Amino acid sequence: MAVNAKESPKGRKGELWRDIKRNKACYGMIAPFMIFFIVFTVVPVLMSLPMGFTDFDMVRPPKFVGLSNFTTLFLSDKIFIRSIRVTIVFALLTGPVSYVLCFLLAWLINEMNPKLKAIFTLIFYAPSMANVYTVWQLIFSGDMNGYANSFLINLGFITKPIQWLTDGRYVLGVTIVVQLWISLGAGFLALRAGFQNIDRSMYEAAAIEGIRTKWQELIYIVIPSMGPQLMFAAVMQIVSSFTAGTVAQNLVGFPSTDYKAHTIMTHAFDYGWQRFEMGYASAICMILFIAMFLCNKLIAKVLGKYMD
Amino acid sequence: MANVDTAKLRASNRQAGRKIGGSVFIFIILTVLGLFMALPIYLTVVMSIKPVEELFVFPPKLYAVRPTLDNFSDMFRVLRQNRVPFSRYVFNSVFVTAAVTVLQCFFSSMAAFVLAKCKFPGSKLINGIIVVALLYQSSVIYIMQYIVMAKLHMIDTYMALIFPAVASPMGLFLMRQSISQVPDAMIEAAKVDGAGLFRICWQIVMPNQKPALMTLIIFAFQGAWNIQTGSVVLKEQYKTLPTVVSQAAASGLARAGVAMAAAVFLLIPPILIFMLAQRQVIETMAHSGIKE
Repeated sequence: MAVNAKESPKGRKGELWRDIKRNKACYGMIAPFMIFFIVFTVVPVLMSLPMGFTDFDMVRPPKFVGLSNFTTLFLSDKIFIRSIRVTIVFALLTGPVSYVLCFLLAWLINEMNPKLKAIFTLIFYAPSMANVYTVWQLIFSGDMNGYANSFLINLGFITKPIQWLTDGRYVLGVTIVVQLWISLGAGFLALRAGFQNIDRSMYEAAAIEGIRTKWQELIYIVIPSMGPQLMFAAVMQIVSSFTAGTVAQNLVGFPSTDYKAHTIMTHAFDYGWQRFEMGYASAICMILFIAMFLCNKLIAKVLGKYMD
Repeated sequence: MANVDTAKLRASNRQAGRKIGGSVFIFIILTVLGLFMALPIYLTVVMSIKPVEELFVFPPKLYAVRPTLDNFSDMFRVLRQNRVPFSRYVFNSVFVTAAVTVLQCFFSSMAAFVLAKCKFPGSKLINGIIVVALLYQSSVIYIMQYIVMAKLHMIDTYMALIFPAVASPMGLFLMRQSISQVPDAMIEAAKVDGAGLFRICWQIVMPNQKPALMTLIIFAFQGAWNIQTGSVVLKEQYKTLPTVVSQAAASGLARAGVAMAAAVFLLIPPILIFMLAQRQVIETMAHSGIKE
């Protein structure tokens, strides 16, 4: 068949057509999803791609400006360069930590009895269901009424309340804490489900093979059978740590003191929804997307040995 | 030989001792971490039942001295001032959430099965696009979605709320990852028996995918429940609960207590669904890969 296909372009085309016809059940089954996906995701994404090369204020039609958005970004936008640094620090501190936490917690919970499983899963996941920035503002409130301040004053660590949300030294730290708090989300739940699906008989077989400790079990059985879920959690983690911005905006205000918690996404929000320079904002988003894409490729390579 | 055996035995005894000590230790760590995780939500609930005069006292208390439901009744009073009856918002939210959850689970499961287990022209490309779509975030995408919906005359209809949420790349990716673990032999066996793809998907693969499907239900419900009507729906009669509740919490009664009451109120349905679905996940016991 392969030889046939090489012989003539017509033969190859016919081959492809036959292949398509043979798999028509497959196309039928992905069609409902794909129709909605193409209309409401793919088309808008394709429409947004050229915007990075335009000057677009949402009133007048976009005007093509070539690469000037990108040159401005890297050569004269000092705050953008600063936001890259903040994003990298932020992603490095929240991404891996929360990824490992997701995995370890899901694993430890899996060892418990069903009642405790249910309770702990709910406790750890609940923060990502709640949208409670107000409570964090009250916890880190700058006066003595803030829970964090009153706690530390009572213990004698500090005598004056700390301006958690406006002092440039603390804003990034506070944002990272809150981000970590809400980050046991989709990845964590997917891993929980994955653990639940590991074949019980694998553990028994492993015990016979001489696997004794929990760590051996983790390395030889659990991780190899969790490849797909580990990949899913990694992608979710990349997205949430790179595109973080709403946490900072809701918590330490916009713009944050000295742009200390100003991530790339916040910068895009600034230009897109505050100044209505949509072309510039999409150029920012495009750079972020490329960074995320490369990071994803890297992780896929590392996790590659667990995938089939 | 005997030596090795006794050594092994001793090692396993030691292990058993450590395991009990270890699990108590781990339990304590998890509990401390759990308390930290639960604290903000606990405080949210506490503040939603604190009367105004208790909100700003020093030192702040971790409980309400005189609990009250005033914040909740204030929130509902503001909501009742709207032109549209409150029950309409409830209906909108329930309808949109149910439609999105059912369609998303049904469509994603089917597509995920095909993309995980069948090779056909284009399957690789689609698998790649799904991940790219997950990673692609742009502030202009909402504008483009708006333009698409305007062209399709969907603005100010339920469709504008439901349709964009139906095909979530995240849901599909989750299901595809999970279904890829199903042994091919199981599917081949069903094919030999003459089952079509649709039947293989729903009668053989999906019954084994309870944990992933339940997780998808949690995500889909949570996403759909929190849909804010934004700019695609401006007519009052199509607005959803999160939209009007956060409006009520922000306008007129800009008080922390009311905002907390709104947060607690909106959190109840996703938590209920979460608990129901998680129970199903936990009850699942994976047996051997191929079931007869």
